[in-house]
Amino acid sequence: MRIMGLSLAAGVAVAVSAISPADSATLRWAFQGQLNALDPYTLNETFTLGQLGNVYEGLTRRGPDLEIEPALAESWEIIEPTRWRFHLRQGVKFHNGNDFNADDVVFSAERVQSQNSDLKTRLPGDVKVEKVDDHTVDFVLSQPNPILHYEWDTWYIMDKEWSEENGATEVVSASDRSDNRAAFETNGTGPYTIDSHEPGVRTVFKANPDWWDEIEGNIEEVVFTPISQDSTRVAALLSGEVDLVDPVPVQDVARVEQNPNTDALTGPELRTIFLGFNSMDDELSSSDIKGENPFKDARVRKALYQAIDIEAIKQKVMRGMSEPSALLISPLLYDRAGEFERHAYDPEAAMQLLEEAGYGDGFTVTMDCPNDRYVNDEAICQAVASMVAKIGVRIDLNAQPKAQYFGKVLATGGYDTDFYLLGWTPSSMDSYNIFANLSGCRDETGKGSPFNLGGWCNEKVDELAGQVLTENDPDKRNELIFEAFSIMHDEVSHIPLHQQSLAWGKSTKLDLVQRADNQVLFKWMTLSE
Amino acid sequence: MAGYILRRLVQSIVVMLAVGLIAFMMFRYIGDPVNQMVGVDTTPEQRAALRERLGLNDPMIVQYARYMWNAAQFKFGTSYQFKEPVAQLIASRLPATLELSIVSALFALLVGVPMGVYTGINRNSWLSKVFMTVSLVGISLPTFLIGILLIFVFSVHLHLLPSFGRGQVVDLGFWRTGLLTGSGLKALIMPAITLGLFQMTLIMRLVRSEMLEVLRTDYIKFARARGLSRRAINFSHALKNTLIPVITITGLQLGSIIAFAIITETVFQWPGMGLLFLQAVQNVDIPIMAAYLLLIAFLFVLINLVVDILYTVVDPRVRVDGGASA
Amino acid sequence: MSETRQIAPDERRGILARSLDSDLLHSFLASKVTVLAAIVTAVFFLGALLAPLIAPHDPFDLRQISIMDSLVPPAWSDMGDPRFLLGTDDQGRDILSAIMYGARISLAVGFCSVILAAIIGITLGLVAGYVGGFTDTVIMRIADVQLTFPAILIALLINGSVHAVMDVTREQSAFWVLVVSIGLSFWVQYARTVRGSTLVERNREYVQAARVIGVHPIRIMIRHVLPNVMGPVLVIATINLALAIITEATLSFLGVGIPPTQPSLGTLIRIGQDFLFSGEWWITIFPGFALAALVLAVNLLGDWLRDALNPKLR
Repeated sequence: MRIMGLSLAAGVAVAVSAISPADSATLRWAFQGQLNALDPYTLNETFTLGQLGNVYEGLTRRGPDLEIEPALAESWEIIEPTRWRFHLRQGVKFHNGNDFNADDVVFSAERVQSQNSDLKTRLPGDVKVEKVDDHTVDFVLSQPNPILHYEWDTWYIMDKEWSEENGATEVVSASDRSDNRAAFETNGTGPYTIDSHEPGVRTVFKANPDWWDEIEGNIEEVVFTPISQDSTRVAALLSGEVDLVDPVPVQDVARVEQNPNTDALTGPELRTIFLGFNSMDDELSSSDIKGENPFKDARVRKALYQAIDIEAIKQKVMRGMSEPSALLISPLLYDRAGEFERHAYDPEAAMQLLEEAGYGDGFTVTMDCPNDRYVNDEAICQAVASMVAKIGVRIDLNAQPKAQYFGKVLATGGYDTDFYLLGWTPSSMDSYNIFANLSGCRDETGKGSPFNLGGWCNEKVDELAGQVLTENDPDKRNELIFEAFSIMHDEVSHIPLHQQSLAWGKSTKLDLVQRADNQVLFKWMTLSE
Repeated sequence: MAGYILRRLVQSIVVMLAVGLIAFMMFRYIGDPVNQMVGVDTTPEQRAALRERLGLNDPMIVQYARYMWNAAQFKFGTSYQFKEPVAQLIASRLPATLELSIVSALFALLVGVPMGVYTGINRNSWLSKVFMTVSLVGISLPTFLIGILLIFVFSVHLHLLPSFGRGQVVDLGFWRTGLLTGSGLKALIMPAITLGLFQMTLIMRLVRSEMLEVLRTDYIKFARARGLSRRAINFSHALKNTLIPVITITGLQLGSIIAFAIITETVFQWPGMGLLFLQAVQNVDIPIMAAYLLLIAFLFVLINLVVDILYTVVDPRVRVDGGASA
Repeated sequence: MSETRQIAPDERRGILARSLDSDLLHSFLASKVTVLAAIVTAVFFLGALLAPLIAPHDPFDLRQISIMDSLVPPAWSDMGDPRFLLGTDDQGRDILSAIMYGARISLAVGFCSVILAAIIGITLGLVAGYVGGFTDTVIMRIADVQLTFPAILIALLINGSVHAVMDVTREQSAFWVLVVSIGLSFWVQYARTVRGSTLVERNREYVQAARVIGVHPIRIMIRHVLPNVMGPVLVIATINLALAIITEATLSFLGVGIPPTQPSLGTLIRIGQDFLFSGEWWITIFPGFALAALVLAVNLLGDWLRDALNPKLR
């Protein structure tokens, strides 16, 4: 949490340093992607949920340091290990004037668990929701779960009456032919309302004067435009046409900082970028080694690990804007991450390992890589290809746009990859998410850990993961996690690379809070004259 | 005459069906739309269910027939990304692209024709050679680089012109125009030049060679012999003969301008159909892609048809000659 | 793009035969611009052809490039490195070598797609013009459909579908995707031109006579009709070569070009434009300059060829 303290300080500085904040201001901001359907359960994606977080609220929310705070629930208690009681905030109104009450929570719980919802993981299917009275709701679990509410800051509560009136009781899905207003209109309880929304063109937000809490900044109106081209987006910031852009390409950070009217705001992101191996199949389809799979041998995996000069990638590809990582999870999300150290960069040792494993002459393999998903993803893959070439592993790089890339490497493409680069943010901000998604054993259809693309499998790790899920004591839980991560580290289940940095570019007139989950929240922004 | 037009109409419909089929078949393979519609941690079962609901498991011919039948009624389905009817999306993006395309075509004509005339008449003057060479630069650099260099100079350094978007637009109810506001016009300058440069070069060179041809014909030589002034010959005789093919070509190029707008719109974040299409390709938004291609094909077939029919009306010989071969 | 339509077919007689004529040589030498263009083109061809022998580095060999050499400015600037005359890119590749190898790929894409377009176009044009009737109608309608799909659209479509149909990586497929999509979008011009000439030739007495004495139609087309259309075809091909190289560059911007592990000129420019604002201008400006020079020179040669082959303009 040490680094997030900085951004908190920046947030606090708002009140002190912004000498002449305008009474009310219009923020113009641009992001690389577009804001599409407005239904908060349609797409489980950081940016969309972040923008909707200005409009909708969950029972909980997260503060500038990502600490969980009460929001629509004023407080909660675990009255039995499997029964959580939430006391709802009273006097809260939706934007259309309807009252917020327990019925809305029960309705939203059903809706988020319904078939079309992309956010089913927010609330396990076996959780029952019971209304106690108008402002009290119980959640009944089938087994204890200490992290039940960890992702609820992005499980937004919708108005039952409004949804029924507007044909929005079901989640908007792609096949939707009905007149479901939730796709284009919003009715939340949050600090901003959506005034107009042209998907892919622009979206206008207006401050909600009746919000139950106080907007700390002075932003009255927000005009959001998607700008997909990096250079155009940077140009728009430099020329003063927008006040905030996300992201600034790493190579342009210095330029944005030099410009007298703009600043770059950087900080570590929660997403971890890593490489994975196909260690499941008996033969790598893309390799010249036939009849055996070199990646089944931990020495080969470690050889590749040690062939990668992560500092060079940090300096040259990421221009210092990355934090090399020894784990698949950000140190911000796991207290004992500091106890792990990366296997050292050592090409000699790497060649030695390959020799021992019987691949002294090296081998060929195809590497799958997205080229429009993560910061400099393709450049990282190129650098890796060039580094491992020096120990004799010859890589055919197959870098593609994310649509084709994910279509190939995910379950729907039959996990068709031998060596890949992927990024992962645990949406619950907790290590268990890693075991559940990335490192558990899986079968061909993806049962088990669906995003363990290479199918690495270790029964001990799976067993530990099961214990982590139900362990309530934080220290014991951390110890179990530590054990599991140690095995993954020693066995080189994956090659963790780094946490990439957030890089926002902003006008010097703008003060804001930058949170590590990369949500752009207007309520903490102040634009001075 | 009516028979000829009817036959061309039928051919046009066949062309549209063919375009529809090609487009549809390719789209079927372009990527997995399901991946784009859900977050990355959606389970395989949920994905399969969605696939079934979208009808992606039906036989190809069924999907195609369903699509064309709906398209004939202007029902292009719902965009996977936006969850909005595609017809509505395209209608809202069409004005931006058409304004950009037409303005850039006008730019190409208004600059290209005079330059072409000049270089045609003064074939060997040094200014002609400068024009010829400079105009080639317009087709020697890729469009996207020209756009980015323009932004670099005029937005970032000189702060003169906006780097993205359409500026202030005025809603006329059925059409949102950027032509009525100062910021809208300013926003149009760089994209229109970027898009029109290529066509301008083309037109200039076309006019030049037409002029060269026409000036050599007996008819002009005769006019010259009659003692008509050079100016009168150049403008009232030669240019007039030149313009018919030029206008035809420009008309036919309109389709390709709209297609090339994909790049310009991407560079300048111009909220038109090209940008919509490229984003649709990146996100495998099949309904938008299919509708866009059909629309381009429709515009093209329409222009072709009009040109053909006009020719028939103007020049009856085409009917006899073309009847056998066209 | 129909620049050649104004050359009436009957004036194209024997153009190829005359091409070695001193007239042509004379007109070539008379134009300094043309001579310069020819020299530039020749330098590019040689540089591209001999790149493996004369380039200072091999930018495609991953073992030779090191990320630690990346972003080195040109040798004459303060931070420059004498090993890299024009500096290095973001992966540590020598820009000069990358341009030579890149030109090789760009030219290869250009030539292959032009040849493909010419083969398709000439064949279909000959058949349409010679056979006529329904065949002609079908071919010309296909040409209409084809014109609806500019190279950009075709490339986006083919690129997307090729991976689903065939198990190839982008590295393996990109080259042929480009060749096929550019080739497919260019053939119509050849077909229309050739068809026009064929319609005229078909009714000439010597062709009629050949037909009467029973010469095979394919032989007639190849022996009598084809030579007469080679002049305009050559002009179209030259201009298309330039256009194909530019189109390849444009497509790399849309993400369907040659992948950056073995970059073409277009790919180099596309990569480089990301570094324009951050001050590493050499990554995009040098390849951009090289591309512009190459395309300009080829275009100028095309211009000259067109004027020179058009007897009216002599």
